[in-house]
Amino acid sequence: MFDFLEDYDVWEAFWVTIQLTLYSAIGSLIWGTVLAAMRVSPVPVMRAFGTLYINTVRNTPLTVIIVATSLGLYQTMGIELGGGDSKEIGFRLAVLGLIAYHASFVCESLRSGINTVPVGQAEAARALGLNFLQVLTLIVLPQAFRSVVAPLANVLIALTKNTTVASAIGVSEAALLMKEMIEIESDVIFLVFAIFALGFVLLTLPVGMLLGWVSKRVAVKR
Amino acid sequence: MNKRQAGIAATALALALTATACGGGSGDSDELTIGIKFDQPGLGLKTPDGKYKGFDVDVAKYVAKELGYKNKDITFKEAPSADRENLLVNGDVDFIAATYSITPERKEKVDFAGPYLMAHQDLLVRKGDNSIDSEKDLNKSSLKLCSVTGSTSAQNVKKKFASKADLQEYGGYSECLTGLQNKAVDALTTDDSILAGFASQEEHQGKFKLTGLNLSDEPYGIGIKKGDTELQGKINKALKKMVKDGSWEKFAEKHFGPSGYEYGEAPKITETS
Amino acid sequence: MSDLTVLYDVPGPRARIRNWFYTALFLALLLLLGWWVLSAMAEKNQLTEDKWSPFITDSRVWTTYLLPGLLNTLKAAGLSIGIALPLGAVLGIARLSEHRWVSIPAGTVVEFFRAIPVLLMMVFANTLYAQFTTIESEVRPLYAVVTGLVLYNSSVIAEIVRSGILSLPLGQTDAAKAIGMRKWQTMVFVLLPQAVTAMLPALVSQLVVIVKDTALGGAMLGFGELLSQVREITANYGANTIATFTVVALLFVLLNFVLTSFANWLEARVRRGKKATGAVVHAGVTDTVEIEETPSKN
Repeated sequence: MFDFLEDYDVWEAFWVTIQLTLYSAIGSLIWGTVLAAMRVSPVPVMRAFGTLYINTVRNTPLTVIIVATSLGLYQTMGIELGGGDSKEIGFRLAVLGLIAYHASFVCESLRSGINTVPVGQAEAARALGLNFLQVLTLIVLPQAFRSVVAPLANVLIALTKNTTVASAIGVSEAALLMKEMIEIESDVIFLVFAIFALGFVLLTLPVGMLLGWVSKRVAVKR
Repeated sequence: MNKRQAGIAATALALALTATACGGGSGDSDELTIGIKFDQPGLGLKTPDGKYKGFDVDVAKYVAKELGYKNKDITFKEAPSADRENLLVNGDVDFIAATYSITPERKEKVDFAGPYLMAHQDLLVRKGDNSIDSEKDLNKSSLKLCSVTGSTSAQNVKKKFASKADLQEYGGYSECLTGLQNKAVDALTTDDSILAGFASQEEHQGKFKLTGLNLSDEPYGIGIKKGDTELQGKINKALKKMVKDGSWEKFAEKHFGPSGYEYGEAPKITETS
Repeated sequence: MSDLTVLYDVPGPRARIRNWFYTALFLALLLLLGWWVLSAMAEKNQLTEDKWSPFITDSRVWTTYLLPGLLNTLKAAGLSIGIALPLGAVLGIARLSEHRWVSIPAGTVVEFFRAIPVLLMMVFANTLYAQFTTIESEVRPLYAVVTGLVLYNSSVIAEIVRSGILSLPLGQTDAAKAIGMRKWQTMVFVLLPQAVTAMLPALVSQLVVIVKDTALGGAMLGFGELLSQVREITANYGANTIATFTVVALLFVLLNFVLTSFANWLEARVRRGKKATGAVVHAGVTDTVEIEETPSKN
């Protein structure tokens, strides 16, 4: 029943999915934090940019963003991100697109985390003479991060599933392999679906549970 | 458990309520639903005035006429590649004419009539680019090929004749064409019939050309429900008549002519029972 | 810390000059970036008239493709929102139940449907409906899309509702008990009204997700929503992919902007009305932000 699987490297495809998830997660965490900093910064233009960015990116379908990296950045502007062949370039572009998109969600989670930090914390920090960046990085963000582990875990889970969009620009991850198998093994479509659904459940469930546990451990009790 | 059932019940109920509002539909025997592509110029295309045109469409209409249906009784339904078998198995369409190559795997689930066109995998390059003129020119890493995600053509490139070539896959042909115009890819590869359709478009005339390499055989058949030998026989008869009375040649010239695509002769009917 | 000016001192003369400098630098960078993008596009002939003009001069682009697509998107999103909101609320409350035979199944359902990609659920539903029901084939893709969206989003909404209720001070429940309210009375009259305020932002972003996720039905089920019109338009107007994607993206942004603006207006009204209850409106530890899921287009 499963002998058709011999022609396909399902592990390889899911490995690409995992890599996409990892790189994009790290990237979105960094870029999302920078965006959050911009949105609370004293410079009005940066605040405006942050707001505009979030409102545009969050309201655009991810498929459009990913395709835009390939058609716009790569084809039109010739940005290859140091990738050699189109496989590498596509992978890096997909990571970039995923970061651009998910960073806005990280930013919004972080902002709600900043809201949970008591005002006195920042006031005390300012009384000590710390400037904006110091207040943010030394006092507010560390506390904010601890309170947003659960929402960030949700972003991560969604990110894992969203990597499937990368197939729109030909990154050979799980969803692309699934499409190939549907096209060729049209007689066992249901089985193909079941295999990939199971794969994603195995990827996302443990991460969700682990981070749920972590979020309870590190939460700041107030 | 109970919550989940309640949830599904609620969903079903809500959907049932909207269903009555939508109404309409097929099912009547004096109406015919045909699956075609909506996004492939030359074969099956939904035009801005809401009509459908292309070689597949004309063939489908001819067959429908021979089966005794008038033009107004025909409903065209989009048949995306991944959904074609399901449409037939579910009985959503009566038959499918949508660049549907006859393959052994597909014949596990559906039956075919025809074939009515022998397409071959080929490459579309920019006019003036003469670097590809045989299959040997394909298998090198400097060549950037483009095709559609998960398609048989992309598979062939990877597994059969150009495993070294740099293959870029996109969700649709248009993205590949943009790449070809931007010189981000060197060639778009898929069935020559599809390529010819794009190349003959007004906006693209004089910009691209087909290399004329026959990399594979893709016999386009008309997909029907498994075991419907009566319909198979009728469609085969209609197809034979279409070739005989010159309609086939007329359709092919009309849709593929401007690109200089050599569509050859109508293939012999192979799918009989 | 809703008032974020608490993060920095009121700028003095020097800080103000510094801020102006940053502003100028940042604007210059943005302008440079914009100029670079446009010139690259012009160089590759992406700004030429024939690529963009169909959207202005040819009204058929709108009447044949974009508007019907938009209508389908709205239909699927509206139905999904209408069903997923109440269903999600029920699931969320069920998960908080003190009876394990209620809370455990509800929890399982939520965790399970959150873990599977929406597209898979849609395709599965489509096949299921085809084989076991008599739903007409014209509306079946819509049903399948709505089913997939409802299953996934009601579990997400359930989590939002649950964390919204958990973020309320325990004193609220205690006080309700003290005056002799039953459990359902506590939930309906005390907890839910307050929790709604706390969870509105997260709910709104989930609604936006639903709108965008309707696009999943286009590629594999042949559901004619907005994004799937890109293929048909570019096939008719000479592969003007960049222009078409831009227009469709703008439509999505506009649609979601209207949705969020409405939600914000609603939130402002709700907050004003609820001020006297002393509800904790800080989104709180468990504030949930969820995102969409959009596998590929064919």
